[in-house]
Amino acid sequence: MQASERLDLTFAALADPTRRAIMARLALGEASVAELAAPFNMSQPAISKHLKVLETAGLISTGQDANKRPRKIEGGPMQEAVAWLEDYRKFWERRYEALDELLGQMEAKPPKSKRERR
Amino acid sequence: MTTKEAFTAQVTLPSDTEVRVTRSFHAPRTLVWQAHTVPELAQRWLGYPGWSMPVCEMDVRPGGKYRWRWRSEENGQEFGFFGTFNEVSEPAKLSYDQYYDPGNFDSAMPLDNPTRIRSTYTEKNGITALVTVLDFGTKEARDAAVSTGMTDGMEASYQRLDALFAGEEGKQD
Repeated sequence: MQASERLDLTFAALADPTRRAIMARLALGEASVAELAAPFNMSQPAISKHLKVLETAGLISTGQDANKRPRKIEGGPMQEAVAWLEDYRKFWERRYEALDELLGQMEAKPPKSKRERR
Repeated sequence: MTTKEAFTAQVTLPSDTEVRVTRSFHAPRTLVWQAHTVPELAQRWLGYPGWSMPVCEMDVRPGGKYRWRWRSEENGQEFGFFGTFNEVSEPAKLSYDQYYDPGNFDSAMPLDNPTRIRSTYTEKNGITALVTVLDFGTKEARDAAVSTGMTDGMEASYQRLDALFAGEEGKQD
């Protein structure tokens, strides 16, 4: 799978409040389907559907315990998604830090307005 | 100076084709506006590390054109952006179309469809919030632009990716 397709899957999977809440819960540690369903007003099959989407996107996996079948977060795709945007954010942040510096200089010494029109 | 809150840029994806970049500045919006619209000022920050900005022309009025071009200090390669201003409401709103000028780079970026960029400047208590929404027209163009940090040319001078992944890998189990 291409990196961009993986990102599509990741973002599609996370474009749902229930699934984001599930991810937030799993960030604290692994949990069974029943444990994950508890805070939601939802049946276990409905939660299972969401879990399947997350699992297909590679965001979570099912743990060893055959009875509990705990779900846990898989770090890779999440980190890829975060890194993808973080890289772009850093690009802007770097620019804006240069702008901060310029604005400081402008406040100290206001530029003469000599905006000639062509 | 040291007591001022340090602002950082936020990036979100409001739709499949857009990116929103938000940042606040400790300055009145007239200054933030000038820094974006007066060429001699824009030239001083609107850059890429390791690149000079030999061309920065802006005719800031509706229908006015602009042209920006950067040159690699390392090998003299160039690329840029150009386009037309649409809405110009000083010092609150600025919107413009942007076309990529690949200069002497081979580029995978689409050249025929412009990115539509809208910036709003709001000021409160001497702090200016700048919100810029970039609409790349298609999801593919948006993803490509974000993936490359905006241009293919930047890769050469950015070691940031390596550093980022080195830092992230340490956290993986």
